[in-house]
Amino acid sequence: MSTQTEHQKVPRSRQSVDVQDPGLTRFDIVREGARRDDIEIVHYEQQVLPGTKAERRLTRTIASMFLLTGLAATAFLVVYIWWPWEYAPGRGGDKWYTPLLGITLGVALLGIGFGILTWGKKLLPKEVSIQDRHEGAVAADDRIITGQTMLYMADELGVKRRPLLGISLLAGLAPVGAVAAAPLVGGLISDPHKNNQMFTTGFAPAEGGEKVRLVREDGRPVRPADISAGGQITVFPGIDHGVSNRHADSPTLLIHLRDSDAQESRRANERVGHGDYMWGNYAAFSKICTHAGCPASLYEQQTNRLLCPCHQSQFLITDNARPIFGPASRRLPQLPIEVDAEGYFVAKSDYTETVGPDFWERP
Amino acid sequence: MKRRKFDMASAPGKAAVGVDERFQVATPLRRLLNKVFPDHWSFLLGEIALFSFIVLLLTGVFLTFFFEPSMTEVVYNGSYAPLRGTPMSAAYASSLDLSFDVRGGLIMRQMHHWSALLFMAAIVVHMLRIFFTGAFRKPRETNWIIGSLLFWVGFLAGFTGYSLPDDGLSGTGLRIASAIMLSIPVIGSWVTSSVFGGEFPGTIIISRFYIAHVLLIPALLVALISVHLGLVFKQKHTQWPGPGRTNGNVVGERMFPRYAIKQGGFFMVVFGVIALMGGLFQINPIWLFGPYEAWVVSAASQPDWYVMFLDGSTRLMPAWEINIPIGDGYVIPPLFWPTVVLPGILVGLSTLYPFLEARHLKDRKSHNLLQRPRDVPARTAVGAMAVSFFLVLTLSGANDVIADKFQISLNAMTWAGRVGLLVVPPLAYYITYRICLGLQQHDREVLAHGVETGIIKRLPDGRFVEVHQPLGTGDGHGELEYVGWVVPKKMNRLGALGPAIRGFFYPIEKPAEAPVSPGHPPVEPRPEREEIGSGESRR
Repeated sequence: MSTQTEHQKVPRSRQSVDVQDPGLTRFDIVREGARRDDIEIVHYEQQVLPGTKAERRLTRTIASMFLLTGLAATAFLVVYIWWPWEYAPGRGGDKWYTPLLGITLGVALLGIGFGILTWGKKLLPKEVSIQDRHEGAVAADDRIITGQTMLYMADELGVKRRPLLGISLLAGLAPVGAVAAAPLVGGLISDPHKNNQMFTTGFAPAEGGEKVRLVREDGRPVRPADISAGGQITVFPGIDHGVSNRHADSPTLLIHLRDSDAQESRRANERVGHGDYMWGNYAAFSKICTHAGCPASLYEQQTNRLLCPCHQSQFLITDNARPIFGPASRRLPQLPIEVDAEGYFVAKSDYTETVGPDFWERP
Repeated sequence: MKRRKFDMASAPGKAAVGVDERFQVATPLRRLLNKVFPDHWSFLLGEIALFSFIVLLLTGVFLTFFFEPSMTEVVYNGSYAPLRGTPMSAAYASSLDLSFDVRGGLIMRQMHHWSALLFMAAIVVHMLRIFFTGAFRKPRETNWIIGSLLFWVGFLAGFTGYSLPDDGLSGTGLRIASAIMLSIPVIGSWVTSSVFGGEFPGTIIISRFYIAHVLLIPALLVALISVHLGLVFKQKHTQWPGPGRTNGNVVGERMFPRYAIKQGGFFMVVFGVIALMGGLFQINPIWLFGPYEAWVVSAASQPDWYVMFLDGSTRLMPAWEINIPIGDGYVIPPLFWPTVVLPGILVGLSTLYPFLEARHLKDRKSHNLLQRPRDVPARTAVGAMAVSFFLVLTLSGANDVIADKFQISLNAMTWAGRVGLLVVPPLAYYITYRICLGLQQHDREVLAHGVETGIIKRLPDGRFVEVHQPLGTGDGHGELEYVGWVVPKKMNRLGALGPAIRGFFYPIEKPAEAPVSPGHPPVEPRPEREEIGSGESRR
């Protein structure tokens, strides 16, 4: 191979040098140090000769980069201290605060970076050194010695001769391991079915059987007249903290369907035994996508489709919110609703299906 | 009092001797200073990851001084007027304060985010370099495994990090993460409930993510990176084949001073670029998203780029629900496959790849020389397959944005992704394989017949032929063997153009040498070549 032949051309000096010899140059000693690390410096070349125009030029360039850094860093400090930084609405000077900090800091760092790079790349001599890898150079002897030493140690411990020691040690240590893990597992573990929390929402009637009102984000209850045909609003259970992340499963979409769509919906409802879930032309579906729990909130009035913006599952509202496209495999649960004596929407009962993303024991 | 004379010039030397007498560092230090590193531009990709990690640590520490990892509800009363009076978690409020009420906090936040993105990108590009050049082969399998672990741990670091502000976007991501945990068969609900301390979102998840993000995960990253670098140091870097380069040596420069100086300069450049990005390019403007509310989401909710492929796989997954009719019935939701099983397979395949390839090729040797991707068409094609798989998934993660911007049906985009995921990778395999073979063939052709000179000659019988400059010594064909590195294919690579003149405004005195190959300084001065005329033609 040609690489081999070229390799041979390089002269190899393997004679050791007496580093105490006063006649040696510093480079001779460096070369000797390299030799002791199995390195051969085969090519060492000044890129710019001392005292030349090129050297002066490079020195100037590098120095100017360093000075630029000083300038930019000072500018950074000036901007940091004196530029108006407090947020004010509109297009004030404060909008330039972060960009100016970025530019000055960036230029400062780039200046020093390119300065150092130029210094290293252009001013320092280029070299080619060859170092041996010494791979697999561990003598077979060493492997034998280490292996036998370890086996000897095992022999001395005598676990083989005295198996009781080993067994009892294992038996003793196993519970210790468990002791280490117990507080972590025991402290973290939390029963997902406490208070039946995975199967209930904020719409579950109170202890006395009082039905929960549907309220808006600001807490006002909803009358049927509040939503025009084809419209929809997000409603929450009218309980303490009903409009908060504490009841992250409860947000519900209350939709006022147009006549024809409502008829279709009612027929679909009857097919699955949800005949009395709607009130008039109003239907309420969980807003929490049965796929990954995002709010399925993009309602397309024309097609009565509800789209979840996270993974594009699409639900056909007029067919019981059946998933018709995308990764969701389960209908959005429907909330049975009616209007109470005061004319506000209430939930007849809690959701009759599990709200939110699917899990193993859901059915 | 007589003042003792203090010799300043000999002080450093004396101090050095003192240190060595106590710690015996002279020999190990000499080894360190002398260590030879091979040089090639592609070897610095991993360093970008390392340097961005350092920036991450620096900026991250700053952020911890101001961030409050708590989900206690507070009413925002800071400088950002549009959100004043809004109830939100203390975490979100303190993130807003970091952006508006801490002087220079925003640039730190943005630099932290940009360096995280850069960290992950550099890891990926670095791993592609390792993969396509075969640098993962024995003896470096361990470092390959550590590298893939670093990607996944970095993934976790990123996810826990951008969940912390508890804004509208990250809260949605957290909700999806809880759904992913829920989807695990048998233990899903227990895992989720234990991680979140009850039902989603609970009140503790931000504090838990915080300690994971600022202590546990960084500690793991530091440990993995240390072992990674230690192994690179111990096993010595791989190198490209070339003159004088063998499997048993390292040809390059000693670590000090030139190599180390270049590294230091490069760190500053990476740092500077991150500072520019942090200052000039807005990233994760949490104040626009509002606090997390379980019922609010906007279209085009996308995670950070390195999570997008999982988002894409989730979008493409058909609604296949597996029902198990035992007892009350059990279910494996479709979400389980693209978000738990797929990453599991990816982790397994990527970590095992070095062993799979070695087993397939029955290759038990140690390799310190890199391979050009074209020389190993099967591996290169497999890599292209993996990249195209990743790209289809990532693009699908943004399919709603693409559908919107290019006026394409959203459902069509989903179907295109589903079909594309099955069709594009095999296609990429085939095309890459053919390209590799073509490049190989061209290398061999140039070695056998020489470099095109651009000189056209008319033969006595009227034909036109192009004069080729043979690369071998004589004019015999097939003299040169391909040795796995760049074959010069243009005359100026052979010095025909004459050296380029250096200097920006006016020439510098010493003309530059024409490189034999970029990144490969000549081991010795090349023999003078004869000028190429329109001499003999090759028949």
